[in-house]
Amino acid sequence: MASALMNKPTGKQEVQSVRQINKELILEVNNLEIFYGEKRAVNEISMVIEKNSITALIGPSGCGKSTFLRSINRMNDLIPGARAEGEIIYEDLNILSEQINVVALRKEIGMVFQKPNPFPKSIYENITHALKFAGIKKKSMLDEIVEESLQKAALWDEVKDRLHKSALSLSGGQQQRLCIARTIAMKPTIMLLDEPSSALDPISNAKVEELIIDLKKDYSIIIVTHNMQQASRISDKTAFFFKGDLIEYDATEKIFTNPSVKKTEEYISGRFG
Amino acid sequence: MRLCIYPIMTYFRGVWCIMEKLIPAKDRLLKSKNNWMDGELRGKVLVILCAVIMISATISITIFIGTKGLQSFIKNGVSLFEFLTSTHWNPTDQAKPEYGALPFIFGSFAVTFLSALVAAPLGIGGAIFMTEIAPSWGRKILQPVVELLVGIPSVVYGFIGLTVLVPFIREHVGGLGFSLLSGMIVLSIMILPTITTIATDAISSLPNSLREGSYALGATRWQTIRKVLIPAALPTLLTAIVLGMARAFGEALAVQMVIGNVRNLPSSILDASATLTTIITLNMGHTTYGSVENNTLWSMGLILLVMSFAFILLIRYLSSRRKL
Repeated sequence: MASALMNKPTGKQEVQSVRQINKELILEVNNLEIFYGEKRAVNEISMVIEKNSITALIGPSGCGKSTFLRSINRMNDLIPGARAEGEIIYEDLNILSEQINVVALRKEIGMVFQKPNPFPKSIYENITHALKFAGIKKKSMLDEIVEESLQKAALWDEVKDRLHKSALSLSGGQQQRLCIARTIAMKPTIMLLDEPSSALDPISNAKVEELIIDLKKDYSIIIVTHNMQQASRISDKTAFFFKGDLIEYDATEKIFTNPSVKKTEEYISGRFG
Repeated sequence: MRLCIYPIMTYFRGVWCIMEKLIPAKDRLLKSKNNWMDGELRGKVLVILCAVIMISATISITIFIGTKGLQSFIKNGVSLFEFLTSTHWNPTDQAKPEYGALPFIFGSFAVTFLSALVAAPLGIGGAIFMTEIAPSWGRKILQPVVELLVGIPSVVYGFIGLTVLVPFIREHVGGLGFSLLSGMIVLSIMILPTITTIATDAISSLPNSLREGSYALGATRWQTIRKVLIPAALPTLLTAIVLGMARAFGEALAVQMVIGNVRNLPSSILDASATLTTIITLNMGHTTYGSVENNTLWSMGLILLVMSFAFILLIRYLSSRRKL
């Protein structure tokens, strides 16, 4: 079943799995377990992520959702003692495999963090930073990509006159959109967002949300959020994690109106967490 | 009953009485008239005293060296221009004494910059190794090594330089062995701990979000170190180098033992040379207090002092740049 899901849809409505999938898939997670030393943070989760959609991961703190997110672009490799078992399939490859070049992987699966973390350089250099590593050196091309990604991140109009000013002079919301812009500049296929607007004020938050919905047409987005209104506003599918288990994964509308597991309902209605 | 214990309670000002609010508000909350007793004023006086002692010590040393150092120019009529630019140092000549300190000023700057040139890459490289490449075992090994280097007295460094380094250079590189090169090597080992320690602190105090941000964009470890971490830590790294240079500039004993102490301007790195500090330590014993030669030694001390102020100003400037 698993491999059948991976194939691109052959007929029109032929590929109909248990989960009623008729969109293209970008990721497939099979029995993923993540450990920090002896401690198991994620227990055997399996799920599929659709292409060009927004998947929200919700759950109380410490439920494993961020750990799961960080395993998708192997950021967990940076934590001593962290290891993952099972598989995450991306374009027919298990990205958890030893043979994966994580540097190349992270160029395709970008990540934006909770706290805006621009480099202490100019706005322009923040975006060209990774492009130069990728081997793009031509000034005209860099200029073009900078403008394009800032446009996409809805930041261009605000910063076009001060591209060479320090990125740290921007507001928190602008910094976060700059971080999204520099991820976009790498032209990733998947963008992982780890609570991207939790450190922002409501107005910046609204702008970031608007931007995320806008990005859906070009990228597949997986977002971890503590804000349930945010999950219900922007996501297509929602996964509810609890104590390392994937409790429920379904269309966002269903999760928030008529969840099939009692635990999900309790969490969504604010009875715990 | 209450009336009779009330004065006792206020006298002792016990914490319990105050916490239980048994005494009236004006006694609990109004500032006490007798400040000296409550320890607040005593503590304040104590720390002010410490600060005053430190400041007055520094100021009086500065004034003393200033007045002594200027005497050779004012009282003895040594030309400041000659002192700073002439290469002829011959203060004991009866007929025509010469006071050109340029060779020593040059020697001081030369060993300082040369040793910084060696120690800066080594120290920063070691710091990167400890913080980024092998934070667990690398730090466990290198940290004690660095601390040990700090603890070795400078005379021991000089002794090792004299017995090992000088003959080695004489046989394998050339020259007398007593040379700028020996001074540079000894000094660079001596300032290595300063640079390494400050650089390690600078890099390890960078927020982890910077590293994550760079890695998440697909940068390799080396790219992250070179393009993100080093630029972000640069002001502090430069401060580390300047502090190391300040130490090298002021070091006397170890340098004196290996540099050769000649009064000529060195023409190559293998030539023997002298620095301001080595000339002061060598000559202060056999010159009489108040003589012209003694006064010119004070003038050299003044140059050292001015330079250390310059180093401090440079560090101030660098650390103000840190707050981007």
